[in-house]
Parts: sequence; structure tokens; C-alpha cells
Amino acid sequence: MTMVYEDDEAASDVPVRKIRFTINGQKKIAEVEPRLLLSHLIRRGAGLTGTHMGCDTTNCGACTVLVDGAAVKSCTMLAVQADGHSIETVEGLASASELHPLQEGFKQEHGLQCGFCTPGMMMAAKALLARNPDPTEEDIRWALSGNLCRCTGYQNIVKSVLWAAAKMRGER
Amino acid sequence: MKVDEIKIGGIGASRKRVEDDRFIRGKGNYTDDIVLPGMLHMEILRSPLAHARIKSIDTSKAWDIPGVHLVMTGEMMASRNLAWMPTLSYDTQAVLATDKVRFQGQEVACVIADDPYIAKDACEAIEVDYELLPVIVNPDQAVAEGAPVIRDDKENQPDNVIYNWEVGDKTGTDRAFEQADVISKLELHYPRSHPSPIECCGSVADFNRATSKLTVYMTTQAPHIIRAAVAMVAELPEHMIRIVSPDIGGGFGNKVPVYPGYVCSILASILLERPVKWIEDKSGNLISTGFARDIYLKGEMALRRDGKILAVRMHTDADHGAFFSDAQPSKFKLGLIHSAFAAYDIPVAHLTARGTYSNKAPGGVAYRCSFRVTEAMFFQERMVQAAATDLGMDQAEFRRMNFVRDDDFPHRTPFGFLTDSGQYAKCLEVGLKAINYQDFRKKQAEARERGRLLGLGISTMTEPLGAGNSREYDILGIKMFDSAELKVHMTGKAIVRTGARTQGQGHETTWAQIVAHELGIPAEDVVVEEGDTDTAPFGMGTYASRSTPVAGAAVAMVCRKIRAKARRLAAHLLEVSEEDIDWELGRFYVRSAPDRGVTIQECALAAYSNMPDGMEPGLENTAYYDPPNLTWPFAVYIVTVEVDPATGVWDVLSTVAVDDCGVRINPMIVEGQIMGGLTEAYAMASMQFITFDADGNCVGSNYMDYLLPTAWETPGYELHSEVVTPCPHHPLGAKGIGECAAVGGPAAFVNAVIDAISQTGVRNIDMPLLPDRVWEALETGRDVSGAPPVKSS
Repeated sequence: MTMVYEDDEAASDVPVRKIRFTINGQKKIAEVEPRLLLSHLIRRGAGLTGTHMGCDTTNCGACTVLVDGAAVKSCTMLAVQADGHSIETVEGLASASELHPLQEGFKQEHGLQCGFCTPGMMMAAKALLARNPDPTEEDIRWALSGNLCRCTGYQNIVKSVLWAAAKMRGER
Repeated sequence: MKVDEIKIGGIGASRKRVEDDRFIRGKGNYTDDIVLPGMLHMEILRSPLAHARIKSIDTSKAWDIPGVHLVMTGEMMASRNLAWMPTLSYDTQAVLATDKVRFQGQEVACVIADDPYIAKDACEAIEVDYELLPVIVNPDQAVAEGAPVIRDDKENQPDNVIYNWEVGDKTGTDRAFEQADVISKLELHYPRSHPSPIECCGSVADFNRATSKLTVYMTTQAPHIIRAAVAMVAELPEHMIRIVSPDIGGGFGNKVPVYPGYVCSILASILLERPVKWIEDKSGNLISTGFARDIYLKGEMALRRDGKILAVRMHTDADHGAFFSDAQPSKFKLGLIHSAFAAYDIPVAHLTARGTYSNKAPGGVAYRCSFRVTEAMFFQERMVQAAATDLGMDQAEFRRMNFVRDDDFPHRTPFGFLTDSGQYAKCLEVGLKAINYQDFRKKQAEARERGRLLGLGISTMTEPLGAGNSREYDILGIKMFDSAELKVHMTGKAIVRTGARTQGQGHETTWAQIVAHELGIPAEDVVVEEGDTDTAPFGMGTYASRSTPVAGAAVAMVCRKIRAKARRLAAHLLEVSEEDIDWELGRFYVRSAPDRGVTIQECALAAYSNMPDGMEPGLENTAYYDPPNLTWPFAVYIVTVEVDPATGVWDVLSTVAVDDCGVRINPMIVEGQIMGGLTEAYAMASMQFITFDADGNCVGSNYMDYLLPTAWETPGYELHSEVVTPCPHHPLGAKGIGECAAVGGPAAFVNAVIDAISQTGVRNIDMPLLPDRVWEALETGRDVSGAPPVKSS
């Protein structure tokens, strides 16, 4: 991200764009190479390492974040495309004093083992619950079908999301 | 007053996991999350070809790219005697290729730069001139006349055969076959697979010139073994090496071996005197690191007409790839393959095994199993189904009749293992009842009349888990035991460290429960640390479901040492002799006056503030545990499916799992492990495989080609825990569990599909049971064998 070059020529070889975005409610300005992946901007630029990277082909979903509320695999998007947009990561789920119901649900229902896929799972689930507060098990399985868990706790992950949905509806 | 064990989070409590608190906040600390001042980034250039001589490597354009600090090739490694490294199976493996490349994806060069993007650019700027060589992708080609010798780097290696090995009683087996009424035969292929944790491998090597100390943060399941290996390979003094295994994003056996990337990052850090980070990409992980399975199995069973199994004969052809680097600690060439048929009372058996090299990635890791046990149990249960079918016997009855009986333990298996406990028939009964066996058979017959294909598959497994003992198991001469250190602080809080390393198994929760069980200290007052060789006691790491059988036992044993000292402190505090006090959970009391007692916390305080004269202060200890035997959990998995005759698509209707893993320390975590294993079993049976075309191109080098099941297709499971046979030698009665369902599960799914199409006479479809393969079997009435064919490019 931050580069130190030996001479002017080398430095001017690298194109840089300035972007403005919001991450977990905080306004940020960054200078980035146009080829930089959004996931790398989040991890290395913003230092938010809760967003993980598990594959090169946008299959695993570990890097799922919300962009303007929609679940997006952040390794599929360039950082420059986030210019003017609002990003939410796993670090934005909990408030200072309280966990998000999804975080509680994952702990209560043993929805994680190694924890690597968990942030992506929770962000994808958050997008689901925003549009469907009372999902069926099938709705959840479909909404999370872009996220791989290898440990693999799908049955409990589904239960975790059901737990959170019930809590968010005030039924728990 | 005795404390309530469940309330303090002892054994049997489904305690919520303490490690979750950081993971759900995104505050885990995985290798790629580590950032050190001045850190550089390494990327690896891999061979695009499966077998080729390296004519030249030109790195000049890579060096010219701004931000590049170092370009390393095999030649440079060779000048430091680091071009080759030893494997865990007494072979050698190239770190960076010198003479030729032997599989697609092999490490050829690496670049260290300011930024991973620059390092990747520079890798692409390296020009390698290759001369193509003929390619070998299976055992038949490996032993064909005139086959090119892959390992021409080795002396005394005139061909591609690594070993010919045998075990069992050949003469006795031959004799038994002569007396058989029926001989049942089966041949199958267990396809190459990859453990593929979502987190790839990686390391951050940090050599400090001022202190001469090397610290390596890395994705390893066995940090102490790595420390020993680095000391040997890099010839660094062992006390100047610190290996830290931070949070691990899944291991499943993939993160046991030493990989070239680790070695290169270490050397680069030593040369540049700066921290060097290497994080593998997914295709690098899938095409170069430890694969699993890839084995052809054939065998036959000698049977009496009434159903009694008289003998078994087996042969295996294992394709080990370009380097024999199976990560397994036994003296046996093919791990514990001969655990096959351990649950059946079979008088005699014989197994021959051949291993060969090919132009495929090396590895042979135990992917969620104990060293080739998955292959053994898969063959066993497929063979048992075939034999019952040939005899016209009921699948359940044939198994029940041949099981080792509850009062036959200890039982010597036909290949020489000693099993010690189990209630096999009872587990089967529970499973059959749960699946409504007789009802299903009726439904199945009715459905078939209407053209619907229902099937039921049974699989059982008993897995040798928890290596050692140290007499029979070692890694490069280091004996297989494990360790635990317990420090009880003066306020009664405690820290436990072990030589194991959790990767999702929940040690931070479970080890504290063992302390609660043994000492009555609430689990929430116990912190668990693992993975740092500077602080953890020496241990052999976590794989092959060995943590609870070995390190977990060590935790119990160190607690007992602590309790013995606490008893002396209690006697001092109570002013009675040691013989006059008794223990109940959390408290010593005077036998003749039970109201007079001291808690374990009061003993802890006394250890630092009021010890008797002559007593060494403190309440800390370490235990090394060398298990007397492996643990032998048992399980029955039953699956029902419906196959669509028009398309070959099959759906799972129900899955029942009956696991007897002895005492369950945290039932919630145990169930999580079983569900995980079942999903991997379903994955193997339904979609997951890696294959190669005739040119040695890996098909399955990314998640678009290497299919892992998602939440959408993964079926639901019904788990049963009513059968509990404690392990007779484990201090807590526990047995391994992490892998059982992945080991025993695949055959249940395959047996169910074969059962559904049994009217065709098809005996076998090799995994994965992709719809087109099932459809082909339905259409032709013939077996579908081998890895799915791939057209050459």
C-alpha cells in the first residue's frame, strides 16, 4: 500500500487513485493502485483483518462484506469501485457494549469451529436478515450457499442464523 | 461442600466455546493477520508442466522490477545445501527445483518484494526454459516397461516403485480361501482428494540478526515437529528457533508437513534480515500441498455359506506423487491401512501394498483420518456389502453375525492390532431402530414397483486413534507422546499449556473442562495456551484425532500430580496427616469430620503463602503422556437415498450416526466434530475429487473445479450418543472422535446408492458418485470405475 521507491521513474510507473469511502461508519480517504482488491484495502489499508481471504476465485465467501448493505465478496471488487460507497465488516457488527444477535447466535449454537469462514458467514446472514427477518431453514441454506465452511458446521450455522433471526424479531 | 461438576463446566457440560469470543468479533489472529515492522512479501513461481527438464532460468527481468529485494532459485538453494529437504517418510523433496520439475505446481523460484502484488509481477517476469519429458499419472503407467524414471536424482532408484510391503498371514489366508463356499470380490478406486482448509498455508519468518533468534509464525498443526525439522534442515540451533502457530483456519492434515514455501521464507528472512511473509494462494494450496487418498484397492473375501467370514485378501496400489512425503508416524509403509476389518471377527488375512511415484503433487496426508484408515474402512464396508449381496444375506444381519463380540475384548485383529473395547452390535441396533430399518425395506420394495429407486447404506468403522504408543509410533525418530503443563496461581486461577494445537477442535474450552473435572477449579478460571514452542511443553501436535487421547490424557495426569501436592498442603492446613483426608470434587476434608475441609483454591494460596516446612513452594507441574495403546472408537452410519432413474441425481433422505467415542468431555463440541466429518464424507461420496489429464495437468486446482459442498446441498443429520464404552486405558475413558464420521461415512453414502440401483446388478461406482456416473451405471448395468475421465489438452 505504502511504497518507497528508489527513483522518480519507478515511482511514476505506479498509477494511484484517490478514493473516498465509509467503513463501519467512519469516513476514509485512501490512495490506491487501481488493481488493488477491496479485500486488500480492508485488510491491509484499513487494518481490519476480520475479513479473511480463502480463495482466488470468489468461491469461498470468507471475504464477504456489506457494500451499501448488499453482501459482496470483497475479493471480487476493486478498491476503486468502492469509491463513494459504504462498507461494513465483521468489526462493525458489535457495538461497544453489545454483540450483534448473529454473533450471539453463532456462539450459542456452536456455529463455528476454526472461525475462518465465520465473519463471511455472519455478513452474508446479515444481508439475508435485512431483507427477510423470518427466514426458513431453506432460505438460510440458499443465502449462505456462496460461503464455504470446511470444518464443516453447516447444520449449526443454519441454527445460529435462526437463533439470531428469532432474537432480532424479539422472540428470544 | 463438593462442587457441582456440570455447573463449573466439567466433563459432560456442553460448555460454550471460549475461543468463539474473538472469532465472532473478527479478532482472531491467523498467520495472514500478522504484520511485523519492515515485513516483506514472498510469492512462489510454480511449474506449469508436470515433468520437464529445466534448461535455464533467467531471473534478470524480475530483479529489475522496483520493490524486488530477492529472487531465489534452486541453484541458489543448492549452494546452501537447501535445494532438497527430508520428508516425513524418509524420502527427499525438492525445495526449489534444480534438475527438473516433477509435478505441475512444483516450486521453481520465489521472489521477495515490498508488496505481494510486486512479488507476483516479478514471478511472471522470470523466464524458465523447459524440455518436456513423458508424464506418468497413475500406478499402471509408473510400472509400465520403459516408463521414465521420475526420481533420477536418487541413487538405487532404477524404477518408479517406492515400496512393496505386506502384512498378515499369506499361507493361512491361502488355506482359508481353499475351504471357502463363496468367494466375493471387489475392486475400487479411492480418488485423490485434498483436505483444503479454507485458510491456505503460510508463514511469517522473522530472523533477528542481533539476537540470532529465528521466529516463525506459521500455519502448522505440529509446531514442535517443525522446530525440530528447521533445526535439522537449516542447521540452526534449536534453542534459537521459535515456532508460533497462531489461530489456524482449519487443518485436516494439510498443515502437518513441511512445505517448500516455509523453508524459502525462512531462508529469505535470514538473508535479508527482515521479516518475510508468504501466504499461499488457493491454487498453490490445491496443486502443491499434501493431497490425500489416490489409491486403488482390490480384495476378496472367503465366506462360509452361512455368512461367516473366513479370510480376507487385499492388495493396494498407492500413487504417492513425485516425492514420498506421506505424513504418518508408523513404521508401516502405508500407514494404518491394515486396520481394515478390525471390527469383524476374521481369523486370518493378508495384505500386499505397492507404492509408486508419479508426476503428481506429493503429500499423502491423513485428511481428517488416522493415516490411511479412511481407505481401509471404505474398502472394508464396500467389501462387506458386496459379500452380503453375493450371499443373499441381509446387510445388517451379515454385519451383526461377524462383529467382534462385546466379551471378546481385548481382540487381536487379523492384521495384528489389539482392540480393547466396544459394543458393536448395540450401536448397530440403535442405528437400525433410528432409521426404521424394517419399515424402510418395505417402503423400498413398494417404491421399486412404482419405478422409484430408494436405497439404504450401512457403514461401520473402528478407527485406531491417538498415536502413540511410543514403542510403535514416531516421526523421524521422535516418539509419539504428548504433554501438558499446569500452573495453578495463588488465587486458584490456572493456565494450561499442551503440546497439541487446536485448529477448530475447541481445546481452549475442552482442556479447561478436564481441569474442572480433576481439580474442581471452575473451567472459566482456567486459560489454555498452545502453539508457541517457547512456552508450550514438547508435544507432537494435533492430527489423527490424537489431541484428546494423548494431550487430553496428559492434562488429566498433570492435574493428578497437582492434586497430590495439594493434598499435602491440605493436610498441613487441616493439621492432620495425609492419610486422614479424602477428596471430593474441589475440596479435601477430614475423613472423620467431613465438615472440616479446605478447597483447592485454599490449597493454591497456601502453596505460595503458607507451605509446610521443607516443601517446595508453588503449585505447578508438567506431565508427559505415552498412551499404552491407540483408542478404538466405533461408529455406525446409516444413510437412505433416492436416485432419480432419469438423471442419476441422488438425494439423501436421512442420515443416522451412532458414535461410541467413550466419555464425551464436551458433548456439544463432539457433535460438531461428527457433523463436520459427515459433511466431508458426503463431499467425498458426491462431488469432491482431484484428477489429472494425460499431460499431468491438475483438474481441481481451484474451487470452481474442486467442488466442496455448501449449506445448500449438505444434508441434515441425526446423531446418537446413547452407546458409551469408556476406553479402558485412557485416564478419562475418552476416545478420539474428530475424524470418525469422515472415515466411516463415505461408504454409507455409496452403499446407499449401490443399494438403490441393485436391480441393475451394478456392484460398484467409484467415487465421486456424480450424476452422470450413476446414470451411466443405470443405463449400461455395468460398474463405473476409476477417476472420472478427463480429456487431454
